[in-house]
Amino acid sequence: MTNATLLDVQKLEITYGASQLPRFAQRRKPQPTVREVSFAVAAGETLALVGESGSGKTTIARAVAGLLAPSQGQIRFENQDITVPIERRSRDLHRQIQFIFQNPDASLNPRQRIADIIGRPLEFFFGLSGSAKKRRIEELLEAVHLASSYARRFPSQLSGGERQRVAIAQALAAEPKLALCDEIVSALDVSVQATILDLLKELQAERGIAYLFIAHDLAVVRWLAHRVGVLYRGQLMEIGTSEEVFSPPYHPYTEMLLQSVPEPDPNLPLPAGDERAAEPTDAGSRQGCPFASRCPRKVGTICEQERPPWQTVGPTHAIYCHIPVAQLATMQNVSP
Amino acid sequence: MSDNTAKQANAVVQVEALTVDFWERQGWLNVVNRVSFNIYPGETLGLAGESGCGKSTTGYALFGYRRPGSRFREGAIYFEGRDLLTQSETELRAIRGDQICLVPQNPATTLTPSMRVGQQVVEALEAHHICSGREADERTIDLFAQVGLPQPKAIAKRYPFQLSGGQQQRVVVAMALAGNPKLVVMDEPTTALDVTTQARILKLLARLQAERGLSALYITHNLGVMAQVADRVAVMYAGELVEVAPTAEFFRNPLHPYTRGLIAAVPRLSAPNESKVKLRGLLRREELPQGCRFAPRCPFAQSECFTQPQPLITVGQDHQVACWLWQSVAEKQGVAE
Repeated sequence: MTNATLLDVQKLEITYGASQLPRFAQRRKPQPTVREVSFAVAAGETLALVGESGSGKTTIARAVAGLLAPSQGQIRFENQDITVPIERRSRDLHRQIQFIFQNPDASLNPRQRIADIIGRPLEFFFGLSGSAKKRRIEELLEAVHLASSYARRFPSQLSGGERQRVAIAQALAAEPKLALCDEIVSALDVSVQATILDLLKELQAERGIAYLFIAHDLAVVRWLAHRVGVLYRGQLMEIGTSEEVFSPPYHPYTEMLLQSVPEPDPNLPLPAGDERAAEPTDAGSRQGCPFASRCPRKVGTICEQERPPWQTVGPTHAIYCHIPVAQLATMQNVSP
Repeated sequence: MSDNTAKQANAVVQVEALTVDFWERQGWLNVVNRVSFNIYPGETLGLAGESGCGKSTTGYALFGYRRPGSRFREGAIYFEGRDLLTQSETELRAIRGDQICLVPQNPATTLTPSMRVGQQVVEALEAHHICSGREADERTIDLFAQVGLPQPKAIAKRYPFQLSGGQQQRVVVAMALAGNPKLVVMDEPTTALDVTTQARILKLLARLQAERGLSALYITHNLGVMAQVADRVAVMYAGELVEVAPTAEFFRNPLHPYTRGLIAAVPRLSAPNESKVKLRGLLRREELPQGCRFAPRCPFAQSECFTQPQPLITVGQDHQVACWLWQSVAEKQGVAE
């Protein structure tokens, strides 16, 4: 993956409910949901963003799509600043960044036939009509391994996996360079999920599409993504290649996530950890590490009072933690 | 069906040839077909399968719950010597929530949004005539402490929306334990939760079950969770049981072609680059053959498979499989291509 940078996100900050009111009218300054998030996606690569619910994964994807305006930071696409709301983006930019949603039941119009659903972007972006459009729809259905007879059907006549294929075909119709995939396999059965993941890989190999892949299933991410960013409460904790993130040294939060995944192997014990509910965390701890209150490897008050440094582990791997990387490595020298 | 079988074992619950149909536009559609299993004291039986395989319908039948537009065509469910499928609604109500309880998937839709969570547990206690008034309040606080909620008194005064998903699920577990259950049906109780929260809830459930000697039916499609919680695993396909085995045996030596495909399809952290051999095709309920329902998707299928129904046959210690070709399947290393 030495391709050129396609998407470059710099110090992104997103605050819900910000800037609608004049400052004097704001009771309390709203806290940002996403803070200081920087990452890049190269052409043809898959970057996965993982984290628990509320970690800001979807918010970031929505900002990249232009559906949300960041309060700080910059989003660049092919070296062009695109930190503007969607209505100020050009039609060609719309075409190049496509969003695939989690739930095809909600994202596909139930009253339109599959041909209309896939045909719409063909008309809108390429002005296709008649037999040219029909041919293209058939090609797209074939690309997602659906029979051309599906064109006449309605979404309700399809299974969940087939509907997600239609959603993918609809995004493909625009011939995007970047697809924002928001939990697109999490609602599917494992067997169906496996076929969709295969399809994503195949399409990437054929068409060189880059994916920003939002997911909470670490095993799926490990299988699909080239690089992984781990988010906690709106901030990146660790970023690196899949290999790097999934082997030690880890950020203590990554370590906790990995230890929590139950593997289909009855010889392994229940995932490590406490059975008690996590103590409610203080969202307002602005100064220190956001993970400090839950961190099993907390070193002291420094974690709560000072922002951790970004430590470079390798040219592509960085960890946001006070604990020196060498020390993390010795602590974690047991495989997950 | 016979009374003998009902008495023979010390099983907490015995399901015999349970058959459930749903009314669809054209007529009755079979969704659970002659499913039989027992759950023994203190045991957790895991029930796995893809969405639509009938696992939740089977689980809910343990309450005698019949979805509107469905019928129990055949079978019996013996609990404490009584067939739940022939009990009246009043009799069932005394059992449900008291002796057999449910932990459903989504705590957000289980809890009443406009009622303080403490009050909801108090209501459950009063409905089952366990206690009332101040005693019920105290019992509720005690239950909240048992399920590991921090500051149980303060939590009791909150509304569901003021709690996190994991905390909500703990309230639901507390409510389920309000009675004196012998059997708990858990329908994907951690699917809606984050992995870190899931790990905590799984530990909690394991402890509560051990403390109270509870038996459980644990429904999940997540085989990772299954490996951790179940003593035995039962797999359903298109409404039928295709394999039942003790958990260790199940993962070490799966025999049914469907089970093998299912296990192979699970993405794993530990083996990321292993190619995922997939199950071919999809379950199509309209096109089920007379014989094995998995035959249209089975890589080993022979012509007999489509015509001969496949009952569960015992092939090892507590290991049953519904496939007459299991030996030749077992010989094939790895899974079907």
